[in-house]
Amino acid sequence: MTNIKIKINNQTIETDSSKTILQAAKDNGIIIPTFCNDDRLDPEASCRVCVVEIEGQKKLQTSCSTKVQDGMSISTNSDKVKKSRNEVIELMWSSHPNDCVVCDANEDCKLQDYMYQFDIKSENKYDGFKRTFETDKSNRFFYIEPDKCILCGKCVRICSELQGVEALGFNQRGHESFISFAYDKGMDFSNCVSCGNCVSNCPTGALMEKSKTKFRMHKTTKTRTTCPYCGVGCQFDIVSQDNKIVKIEPLNKLPNEGLLCVKGKFAYKYVNHKDRLTTPLIKENGAFREASWEEAYTLIHKKLTHYHNEFGKNSIAGLASAKCTNEENYLFQKFIRKYLLTNNVDHCARLCHASTVSGLATTLGSGAMTNSIAEVKNNEVIFVTGTNTTETHPVIGSFMRQAKKNGAKIIVAEPRKIDLAYDADVFIQIEPGTNVALFNAMMKVIYDEELYDQSFIEKRTENFEAFIKVIKDVDINENAEICGCNVKDIQEAARLYATHTSGIYYAMGVTQHSNGTNHVKSIANLALMTGNVGKKNAGINPLRGQNNVQGACDMGALPNNLPGYQKVYDETVRAKFEKAWDVPIDKNVGLQLPLIVNGAFSGTIKAMYIMGENPIVSDPDITHVKEAFNKVDFLVVQDIFMTETAMFADVILPASTYAEKDGTFTNTERRVQRVRKAIEPIGNSKPDGVIIQELMQKFDPNYTIKTAKEIMDEIAELTPIYQGIDYDRIDETGLQWPVKDKQHMGTEFLYPEEFGRGKGYFTPINYKGAAEKPDAEYPFILTTGRILYHFHTITMTGKNEEIMEMYPENFIEINPISAKKLNLKQDDYVVVSSRRGDTTAKVHVSKDIGEKVIFMPFHFADGANMVTNTVLDEVCKIPELKVCAVAIAKV
Amino acid sequence: MKERITVLVCGGTGCMASDSNEMVIQLKQRIKELKMENEVTIIKTGCFGFCGQGPIIKIQPDNVFYVKVKLEDIEEIITEHIVKGRVVERLLFDDPKANEKVKEHKNMDFYKKQMRIALRNCGFINPEDISEYIAVRGYEALAIVLSENTSEEVITIMKDSKLRGRGGGGFPTGLKWELTAKQPGNEKYVICNADEGDPGAFMDRSILEGDPHSILEAMAIAGYAMGANTGIVYIRAEYPLAIHRLETAIKQAREYNFLGKDLFGSGFDFDIDIRLGAGAFVCGEETALIASIEGHRGEPTKKPPFPSEQGYKDKPTSVNNVETFANIPSIILKGAEWFSSIGTENSKGTKVFALAGKINNIGLVEVPMGTTLREIVYDIGGGIIDGKEFKAVQTGGPSGGVITKEHLDTPIDYESLKAIGSMMGSGGMIVLDEDNDMVEISKFYLDFTQDESCGKCTPCRIGTKRMFEILERLTNLEGCPEDLDILEDLAHNIKNSSLCGLGQSAPNPVLSTLHYFREEYEAYANRTISKSYKIIEEKCIGCTKCSRVCPVECITGKVKVPHIIDESACIACGACFDACRFDAIIKP
Repeated sequence: MTNIKIKINNQTIETDSSKTILQAAKDNGIIIPTFCNDDRLDPEASCRVCVVEIEGQKKLQTSCSTKVQDGMSISTNSDKVKKSRNEVIELMWSSHPNDCVVCDANEDCKLQDYMYQFDIKSENKYDGFKRTFETDKSNRFFYIEPDKCILCGKCVRICSELQGVEALGFNQRGHESFISFAYDKGMDFSNCVSCGNCVSNCPTGALMEKSKTKFRMHKTTKTRTTCPYCGVGCQFDIVSQDNKIVKIEPLNKLPNEGLLCVKGKFAYKYVNHKDRLTTPLIKENGAFREASWEEAYTLIHKKLTHYHNEFGKNSIAGLASAKCTNEENYLFQKFIRKYLLTNNVDHCARLCHASTVSGLATTLGSGAMTNSIAEVKNNEVIFVTGTNTTETHPVIGSFMRQAKKNGAKIIVAEPRKIDLAYDADVFIQIEPGTNVALFNAMMKVIYDEELYDQSFIEKRTENFEAFIKVIKDVDINENAEICGCNVKDIQEAARLYATHTSGIYYAMGVTQHSNGTNHVKSIANLALMTGNVGKKNAGINPLRGQNNVQGACDMGALPNNLPGYQKVYDETVRAKFEKAWDVPIDKNVGLQLPLIVNGAFSGTIKAMYIMGENPIVSDPDITHVKEAFNKVDFLVVQDIFMTETAMFADVILPASTYAEKDGTFTNTERRVQRVRKAIEPIGNSKPDGVIIQELMQKFDPNYTIKTAKEIMDEIAELTPIYQGIDYDRIDETGLQWPVKDKQHMGTEFLYPEEFGRGKGYFTPINYKGAAEKPDAEYPFILTTGRILYHFHTITMTGKNEEIMEMYPENFIEINPISAKKLNLKQDDYVVVSSRRGDTTAKVHVSKDIGEKVIFMPFHFADGANMVTNTVLDEVCKIPELKVCAVAIAKV
Repeated sequence: MKERITVLVCGGTGCMASDSNEMVIQLKQRIKELKMENEVTIIKTGCFGFCGQGPIIKIQPDNVFYVKVKLEDIEEIITEHIVKGRVVERLLFDDPKANEKVKEHKNMDFYKKQMRIALRNCGFINPEDISEYIAVRGYEALAIVLSENTSEEVITIMKDSKLRGRGGGGFPTGLKWELTAKQPGNEKYVICNADEGDPGAFMDRSILEGDPHSILEAMAIAGYAMGANTGIVYIRAEYPLAIHRLETAIKQAREYNFLGKDLFGSGFDFDIDIRLGAGAFVCGEETALIASIEGHRGEPTKKPPFPSEQGYKDKPTSVNNVETFANIPSIILKGAEWFSSIGTENSKGTKVFALAGKINNIGLVEVPMGTTLREIVYDIGGGIIDGKEFKAVQTGGPSGGVITKEHLDTPIDYESLKAIGSMMGSGGMIVLDEDNDMVEISKFYLDFTQDESCGKCTPCRIGTKRMFEILERLTNLEGCPEDLDILEDLAHNIKNSSLCGLGQSAPNPVLSTLHYFREEYEAYANRTISKSYKIIEEKCIGCTKCSRVCPVECITGKVKVPHIIDESACIACGACFDACRFDAIIKP
């Protein structure tokens, strides 16, 4: 890269030699028309619209593929350029239907824009043959009308090069060419994952969303915000018209770089769904009646005060929400701690990454991704375990596939042959819950073959001796047998991992176990031993499941932590908050979620306040949870829909969705990103932050309601890792914590010099299996998880009819051999039962799962969690949701 | 008993299609019956080149060249020639000019002016027997290079020889090798482009069928020069015989360790793989060819990067054509100076042309660069069939253009052909006579290119289609004079803005014919041309023959009453004209 000077249209421009003419021009505000170029893709130079004239060169050159050279003099609008460019556009038009007035893409079409810009008449001199195809509407979310396709090929390249799915390709050749989906039997029969990244990038109306609402772009507004689904934190524009979301447009920004998944792109319809809660409801004689906000607040204030006075502060508990903003979670825990004076506040992070927080805090310093999402593409080795990344964190999954295309190796250790396993260089199909046996065996190989990083161990870690004693005793063959895999694969994985710049990516498959903390610590051992942490492109990366589960934890919606993981039992911390909030803070750690439920069951918890959570679906052993909730005297649920949990409530408060409020979400890579209000709250609903603050006013009439921005300023003041955050600084790109001050640009990867706790700590860990093993009565292992199209307890995705058509009900995945033994066929119904309960599910036969194991998504009410095990990890109280023994019987 | 006679039977695709394989079987069987196996050897060779006269059988040492042999002639050749030593006069070539039988090929005009370097072994050796190739100094060039020359020296020889790519582009071969050799890295590739796709061109096929080892040897030399250890022959699946012979040759070469590890004890490893193409014309374009080998859709990519920088598997790759390779062993053996002494200033050596169309002697001819078109058409080609008027020659296939009468004396080389609006191309040469309609000819080529366009870039994908549509409109007499301007404008635009060579050259046949024969286009545009044959009423006796042969049934009339042609329906096929015995039909 060298700095050079060029001339474009006689204007002298300084640029660097790595740029193409198109990029250099764009940097300087000169927009050269193009259809096939995309900054994220290698130039294709196929549309031939971006031609420019370069002095001294006889032929016109495509600016997208020609690099600038010092002294180049370029014209983007000479007569020669105009003639050639207009001719090409005219040729495209000659092959395109002239139906703009009724086209869905009207006002949002590059062909239309360029024809207008360059004065090209709609009357075409060629009057030639136009191809006609049948519109393929088989996909539920979008359609393809090949007549309108100008064959820029962006959809094909994005699908293969960026999304990594390769569902699209060119069919036929020459003038007969058209874009078709794999196997050419229509979109729905292909391997398309409906991410819609083709739709978002189609320059014409060929690939279009099946919009529920008719709209014209000039009547819409665009609002940039952050996706409300998984922890990736994709950036997009909400396109709205008349207080209704009509479309989502991805943005080519960090972290998603213009990509989205099916949920982010298409599952927005819940926002304007008719079933939204629009007014407060109070239960009387077993039935809900509408109420005013004032009445509801008064009742809540009265009841909570009553239980507080009557049964003590710890008879009340609150559940915050990983779906709400940082500001709202901050307010919620402040409300519980300041006005109810208890630390009984937790949220569903308890069920997902509690073991990450406990496992990494003690070994490294904090429980978050050490690296950035953008680094995924630069890992030399990607070790995926306990995460079905392409379904749960689709955009990160796509980046993994991009890394693979860039030459990275992929290791997958999973009970199921997940999609990424097909891309893997080493795939180890382990039995659920045997992760530690695998990691120990890998570390034994690394030790035996001396592949560990001696100097890193010496300089950066402690307790290696005690740890390695355990590893020395590991019998690789025995562990391979435990995992149900072969030794060779373990060796290969160990060698690959140890000898490259490697990143580990894990999620619930590692954490949701009765020894989950040890699973996580074992991962830390592996990374510390090989020096694969504390540097760019190498680290330990727990993938957080919900949009703001990282932020909810950061904000202290945890019984032991005040915001920023500041401990309630730390006197100086308490002193700081006591001063700021003007109340005494309880020095005792509060109850964790499962213990809150148990407390409700046993009668010690009398009142609960739940903001945007649905434990009646998400928690283990639903029968037990329901009983517990029935026993609670007073339950407040604040949500956007009448959830399964809301049905148990005494008061329901209608909340607004992410689209109706301002705030921030912190994504899985610790990036604090803006959420912006795109539409007014639906009906009488209010943003959660407003509700909490209005309620606070009941407790404290002097309390003045703050805006989200003002609350973030308060957070920054009290929270060292958020100290440098303010709305102005994160307006364009979010910052990754720790953000030490208002000048600090955030932290791309953690621990370059030293770990949060000083030295990295090795923990000696022996393999200990799951609490419940299959036996004669319950012969199968049930493992649970998410699927691409649904999210969590389907409160949101379930309100998108396309998704419900695809996945309307609970199902199990079962191996064909096991299915045959049980005389089960595809689409049969079975009862899956455990020692705790049973549930009905449809049969999906799949060879991707082992014979001893069945899989069931946890999304559906009265589904997987009717049978899951409540046994807890001793340290962090995470339940063993990932393994339990079940029996299967045909209905 | 001493071996007395060698019978060479042409085993090229053309002659085999006319039973030459059966002839070999029959010959061998009869010789066995006659117990003459020790005296007579039957060899199936590659193509002799004089394809219009096939099947060809040559008998040595008498040097007798039998043409148009039929299966039933075999017995006579055996009993008369082989047994009794008497030449079968009726099977000799009939020289149309001198009107006499010619016995030996060296006395035929067709062969007299030829100079065979690339085709040197075709029709001379058994391509399926490596020892025959070795007997004609086969693999000697490779041995010399490996034992005496450095890689740089080989490239210098190639540069000094001034050999240029015979696939059409005419890029200096030595320079291409040098560019590839200079690239860093140990993994490089040599690709032989055997995706011969020009309609009418078949020299590459003939070379592969007749002399496959020369290509293998040349590829190994190229590999040595560039530091590549792997060669790939990309050949179209429609060439089964060539593929079979290549496979046989590779197997034999491996057995002799002319391919494989440590060739000639030099430490140099080289092996060759065959990849089959599905017959797309665009796959002859080197970047599309590489994409196809890699298993991708056969589409060209932008250049730069050139294959010499990033080719197969993104590694430096040299793509050379079959005929180019066929010259290389001779250049090594005889020296760069010898080679560069042949030809014109900027085009050295020889070029093989596939001579076809309205010409007497149809076949493959190899002539020194600088030979004039007149020599090829009138001397080698024996002039126009039926003594008709020469109109033009289409060279360069669908990428080329026409050469007219006024340029008959142009010495042929890369530059001169370009200067007169045509191109060398891969060497297709189609001779057109006074009856040929130039608009129809260019429409034929456009139909080909618009069908073979890969569809990647807009100008080629839609533009060639639109050009074809305009030509159709014109020939259907539905066009107008403005169409010619639109056509010409569009042609230039496609040339200037297409992504690869296919699109950039696709308009050439139209532009060239528009230049030389604009009046024919104008006649269509002004609709002053009649496309129909006509019946002269006075001459027609109503024999009904014409109406019976007309494929579109546009001739009507009662017996013994003059017939009438429906001019709007006539497709001008000429069947009626040929059928009429009373000269009652006139051409359009």
